[in-house]
Amino acid sequence: MNNKITAITGNEAVSYAIKQINPDVMAAYPITPQTDIVEKYSEYVADGLVNTEFITVESEHSAMSACVGAAAAGGRVMTATSANGLALMFEILYIAASNRLPIIMPVVNRALSAPVNIHCDHSDSMAARDSSWIQIYSENVQEAYDNTIQAVRIAEHMEVRLPIMVMYDGFITSHGIECVELLDDDKVAKFVGEYPPHYPLLDIDHPVTYGPLDLYDYYFEHKRQQIEAMKKAKKVVLEIGKEFKQFFSREYKLFEEYQLSDAERAIVVLSSTAGTTKQVVDELRAKGEKVGLLKLRLFRPFPYKEIAQTLSHLKAIAILDRSDSFGAFGGPLFTEIRSALLEADKIPHNVNYIYGLGGRDINQNDIASIYADLEKIVKTSRVEEQVKYFGVRE
Amino acid sequence: MSDTKKLGWKEIPEGGLITKAGNSATYETGSWRSVRPVRDEEKCTNCLICWVYCPDCSILVSDGKIKGIDYSHCKGCGICATECPVKAIKMIDEKEFTD
Amino acid sequence: MANLKELSKKEEILSRGHRLCAGCGASIVVRQVLSALDDPVVVANATGCLEVSTTIFPYTSWKSSFIHNAFENAAATISGAEAMFRSLKKQGKIDKEIKFIAFGGDGGTYDIGIQSLSGALERGHNFVYVCYDNEGYMNTGIQRSSATPRGAWTTTTPVGKVIPGKTQYRKDLTAVVAAHNIPYVAQASIWRWNDLIEKSRKAFYTDGPAFINVLSPCPRGWRFDSQNTIELSKLAVQANFWPLYEVEQGKWKLNYKPKERKPIKEWMEAQGRYKHLFRPENEHIIKEIQEDIDKNWGKLLAKCKEK
Repeated sequence: MNNKITAITGNEAVSYAIKQINPDVMAAYPITPQTDIVEKYSEYVADGLVNTEFITVESEHSAMSACVGAAAAGGRVMTATSANGLALMFEILYIAASNRLPIIMPVVNRALSAPVNIHCDHSDSMAARDSSWIQIYSENVQEAYDNTIQAVRIAEHMEVRLPIMVMYDGFITSHGIECVELLDDDKVAKFVGEYPPHYPLLDIDHPVTYGPLDLYDYYFEHKRQQIEAMKKAKKVVLEIGKEFKQFFSREYKLFEEYQLSDAERAIVVLSSTAGTTKQVVDELRAKGEKVGLLKLRLFRPFPYKEIAQTLSHLKAIAILDRSDSFGAFGGPLFTEIRSALLEADKIPHNVNYIYGLGGRDINQNDIASIYADLEKIVKTSRVEEQVKYFGVRE
Repeated sequence: MSDTKKLGWKEIPEGGLITKAGNSATYETGSWRSVRPVRDEEKCTNCLICWVYCPDCSILVSDGKIKGIDYSHCKGCGICATECPVKAIKMIDEKEFTD
Repeated sequence: MANLKELSKKEEILSRGHRLCAGCGASIVVRQVLSALDDPVVVANATGCLEVSTTIFPYTSWKSSFIHNAFENAAATISGAEAMFRSLKKQGKIDKEIKFIAFGGDGGTYDIGIQSLSGALERGHNFVYVCYDNEGYMNTGIQRSSATPRGAWTTTTPVGKVIPGKTQYRKDLTAVVAAHNIPYVAQASIWRWNDLIEKSRKAFYTDGPAFINVLSPCPRGWRFDSQNTIELSKLAVQANFWPLYEVEQGKWKLNYKPKERKPIKEWMEAQGRYKHLFRPENEHIIKEIQEDIDKNWGKLLAKCKEK
């Protein structure tokens, strides 16, 4: 086995994963902080190291459109984007998913304009949560790399056949250098396998029509099929996670529980902030505090049953959202988890912290203060402010 | 016209795919007509101008000769009658026909 | 030289039972263009009359593989399919010859689709783009597009007390496409089917991007009887409103010069959408439109090195 440990940024690692996956077509448009992915990949293409036809499209809308055309034609297709690029593709995201095309797309999380902000928050991918794309979040470079490889198998699984987004934090993970194990080329190729075609346009002996007009007599049935595929995706994510462990010794599940089983207070969070939180949990545990962390990985489909079961025993939880849904009662993660908890045996006190918008930093002291807030809630049995905006200057 | 029972979500191909290429031929647009083209076989020179101009592929041609008109699809637009160089096609009120 | 008897023996790609209006120019465009093919084809279509009327679930009128994506991206979509073909061919996974064509109305080509068209042309994909130009957003109910001629009534350029129809002249999209310096560009008419089929053949069998703009008269939108679709197509050419020409490897060539050009009035008299221009207070508009046509014809003659 020729795995190698190296110091590498998130974008370079993901670009390397794409090289190992070797998709048949990639159509992409550059946008900060995703640019290194396409730049690095262009070098692989120019050096003849991949089979990929790389279409340098003239916008993200055309990127996803070309991906739809290529995937329908019948082959493995990838792209990547961030923020407003993702927003520009919006209508085609729905079309890709509705046509059941397993396109794989790393999304480097960046704040949506306006004002223009190139730094990390989750407003871009959260805005796409209704689009029927499978959504997976990565804590660090290793996860971004591993998730990109697993994403191929999840999306292309015959019971799923839905496109998939793999998120990781802009600049923090995309440009941060971390110590990563890059896997053996042949083993990755074996893991992802050959693309399983499904009614390809290029099978001219069996011509098909993609993208018809549905009147009110068929649209609902087509959507019901998509709903079913999304439901199946959860078990497929777990199956692929187990298989990944067999190949590469690292297992991935729906979420990661860190010091959670005997905790009284916990933080629930996505992506890189989970890494910061783990450090704080270690420090507080050393002082005897019963704190823990739930790092969510699979956001769509949302594993509401498992989340409810896992969080029910806690006394107080702080749900951290790195985006807001303007006008809603709290951020997206908060509303999903509260809804899930309604089915739990016991509902812990729960508070929403909306933080980090536009790349506003969150450090260990901040996390520690959140655990301190939770302690006050446990002591008084009262939540004074349900939704807080953490780190904004008043 | 389509009278088929509408299928449920488990029975139709997924993703909106239509796997039976060209199956619109079973959808009979002939009922749209209010006038129908009638061809005088004697006058007709088989020039096939009506065939190349028909929007509904309803001029039936076999081995380079006109065999007839597909009345289950012809919409009665009248282009064939207008363009025929020898005026071999006339548009007759649909009321004159009972079939 | 297209031989109708020979062409009629080929299997048609567009089947009957589509729900385009009686007398629709678009289906005539599709039938004539695709008759030039000797290879299997993948068809992409922008949202519009053609796409919607030929693919109402569970029916499809397409005997070839077909994809509709959205309104503005037929060119981007076919780019993706063509790139997949090239990729799989390079990898030895496909050994057949397959052609790629995108059809779009003037809406999906001149306006909302112009960006993705320009991108696909610039990247040099091996495909054909055919615009069936019916001079308006017909599928959504006859709204103006940049292809709508000056003076025409549409629902978004209605004839009111102050403004009598569309105030701008048409966009010359064929020239815009020619400016991309692609190997083959042409303007054609369903009236001169021989010319159109020959141009389609050249488009399909030229390496790289090819573009054909075909006038597609619309009985509903232009307000004329369905039987006159071809007549209107002929009048447009004879009035120099829709010149027939090609730009092959950058060389402009005129394909048809009427002995005596018909006055634009004749073209307008045949359609209800120009009826208001015949009021005395609007006659100057017809005069200005005639001058504009003559001026553009002169420019075209110069480009084609004709007198």
